[in-house]
Amino acid sequence: MSILVTPETKFLVQGITGGFGGRHAQLSLDYGSQLVAGVTPGKGGQTFADTVPIYDSVTEAVAKTGATASAIFVPPPFAADAILEGIDAGLELVVAITEGIPVRDMLSVKKVLDASDTKLIGPNCPGIVTPGEGDQSHGGCRIGIAPGYIHKKGNIGVVSRSGTLTYEAVWQLTSAGVGQSTCVGIGGDPVPGMTHLDVLKMFNDDPETEGIIMIGEIGGTAEEEAAAWAKDNCSKPIAGFIAGATAPPGRRMGHAGAIVSGGKGTAEAKKAAFRKAGIGVAETPSEMADTLLKMM
Amino acid sequence: MNLHEYQAKELMRRHGVPVPAGEPATSVEEAKAAIEKLFGEGHQRVVVKSQIHAGGRGKGTFKDGFQGGVHLADSVEDATAKAEAMFGNVLVTKQTGEEGKQVNRLLITSCQEIKSEFYCAVLLDRALGKPIIMASSEGGMDIEEVAEATPEKIIKETVDPDLGLQAYQGRKIAIALGLRGKLIGQCGRLLQGLYATWAGCDASMVEVNPLALIENEDGTEAVVALDAKMSIDSNAMFRHADITEMRDLTEEDPLEVEAGKFDLNYIKLDGNIACLVNGAGLAMSTMDAIKHYGGDPANFLDVGGGATQEQVKAAFEIILSDPSVKAILINIFGGIMNCNTIAEGVVAAAKETDLKLPLVVRLEGNNVEAGRQTLAKSGLALITASSLAEAAQKSVEAAK
Repeated sequence: MSILVTPETKFLVQGITGGFGGRHAQLSLDYGSQLVAGVTPGKGGQTFADTVPIYDSVTEAVAKTGATASAIFVPPPFAADAILEGIDAGLELVVAITEGIPVRDMLSVKKVLDASDTKLIGPNCPGIVTPGEGDQSHGGCRIGIAPGYIHKKGNIGVVSRSGTLTYEAVWQLTSAGVGQSTCVGIGGDPVPGMTHLDVLKMFNDDPETEGIIMIGEIGGTAEEEAAAWAKDNCSKPIAGFIAGATAPPGRRMGHAGAIVSGGKGTAEAKKAAFRKAGIGVAETPSEMADTLLKMM
Repeated sequence: MNLHEYQAKELMRRHGVPVPAGEPATSVEEAKAAIEKLFGEGHQRVVVKSQIHAGGRGKGTFKDGFQGGVHLADSVEDATAKAEAMFGNVLVTKQTGEEGKQVNRLLITSCQEIKSEFYCAVLLDRALGKPIIMASSEGGMDIEEVAEATPEKIIKETVDPDLGLQAYQGRKIAIALGLRGKLIGQCGRLLQGLYATWAGCDASMVEVNPLALIENEDGTEAVVALDAKMSIDSNAMFRHADITEMRDLTEEDPLEVEAGKFDLNYIKLDGNIACLVNGAGLAMSTMDAIKHYGGDPANFLDVGGGATQEQVKAAFEIILSDPSVKAILINIFGGIMNCNTIAEGVVAAAKETDLKLPLVVRLEGNNVEAGRQTLAKSGLALITASSLAEAAQKSVEAAK
């Protein structure tokens, strides 16, 4: 198994006719993923890449294709609405790639989300990959913007707030001949859907996942909460890395959520929480895979 | 985006928060007019306040020795003289660093008798995913110190973002602050206004320190916002044209402003090893690795996931315009991005800028072989590395 998505998961792309969305929709098709529909209001009836039908609404796309997940590439002012539309259509999983959604919009989304059965990954995230069995993991499920070819099917779960750091960890694993069950980029915003803890619980329950890499960064306390749970509840080895030890307080480091404010959310506190929970701490990102493999 | 006190107070006033009468000034003439107006309205005393994006103004010192960035004055002449002494002068506070900040704007307000001071803020509680009101009877103090030493003095009230702060919640906080009688309702309404400011302006944070119980000249009492600090969610600027106009570029680092024009995320730091990285997490980790091996990063720079050759060139020019830079570290993980595109951008930029500084490059990912060849054939004196750890070590060596 894997978590959240399998190579058979059918998904759609909201904002498939935009440049960014279209490019990554094509890359998902090239990877062999089950991209079955696109949604752009007003462009229903057209097709993407001559094969993927485009619909005016998510509900219609779901009814016609059986899609259960969605990737959102809609521009920030309209992205919260796109997420709500996905929830309303009863999708199991919504992956919001869009960077720059206002916090106030996400507060309203979160309320609706919490009252629904839909899971949200992101926003401001690279998305999710469950590697496939083919050459360079071809045939897997790639929802989002991660490079598919760096993956390898296997037994390590990866969860991270950062895109390129996720790729670093995956690449280190693959280069060492170690594959991944599922890699989840939960994104760098202050009000996310799924948290480290949510994903950690799923990896713990997934029989195929044997070890976990958890990548965090400064800001908030989500890593501490995940570590506190893991201490008594997670039966699998976890290696962790935290970015931002040298970040000046009060400054946003690229990601909207990467900020140390009021002395809270420091890398030091997060690393201490990891150590206390028995999570192996990689001091530089070059050591993420090695740290985990030594524990296994 | 940070706002000045006078801008924050204007936004609060629009949302029903009582603030002292007053006006901003950008010249001595404007200041004098504002001062004369307040005395003309019958006020006996005014406050002249430096407007810079930093706290600790009252206890700050100007570079010419003039003490204090906030002054009381009892006459037009005295107030004008103080305004004159502050304009154009550089104020150093505990938050500005040694270089201080030039005072280009003042806020002139009326001054009332303060009976007690409170603290109040509206901010996002990230663990809850909801806004909260934070208040304390310990006004005028550093709230982080209060939270550390006497956490029981911090009052917290969670707000449903779709309902806003309810009247009973405002009263609850007012009562906890020790207010009684009519002041409970008045302070409660003020707090509702403060929350409305936060929500209506897409603020990241609204802080009033002190929130004060004052005695008016007619003997009546009221709670007012004596100071105001506010920052706005940059992602929401598209729906606030009026707030966008309030941006004061003179308060921002010129290199950071320049980087913003090219959609580059750049933050200037104090070290001497410049970094150029794709991805915020990787960019932070690159800084951390430099520090880990005994060096000091000169900046944070995230060129984003789809950097173009123009962006790489602009990034180069920005990091090179920092005179303290002694070495450059480029760390790229090309996921979707083609490593060769980055390599070509780096070579072009290095040649165009006639780069003399040591340049350490670590490329990994998509089409990396072609990228490495482009670098090898360029004739540039590059130092290459295969991992981030190695790149950081080599850049620390090179900067010595």
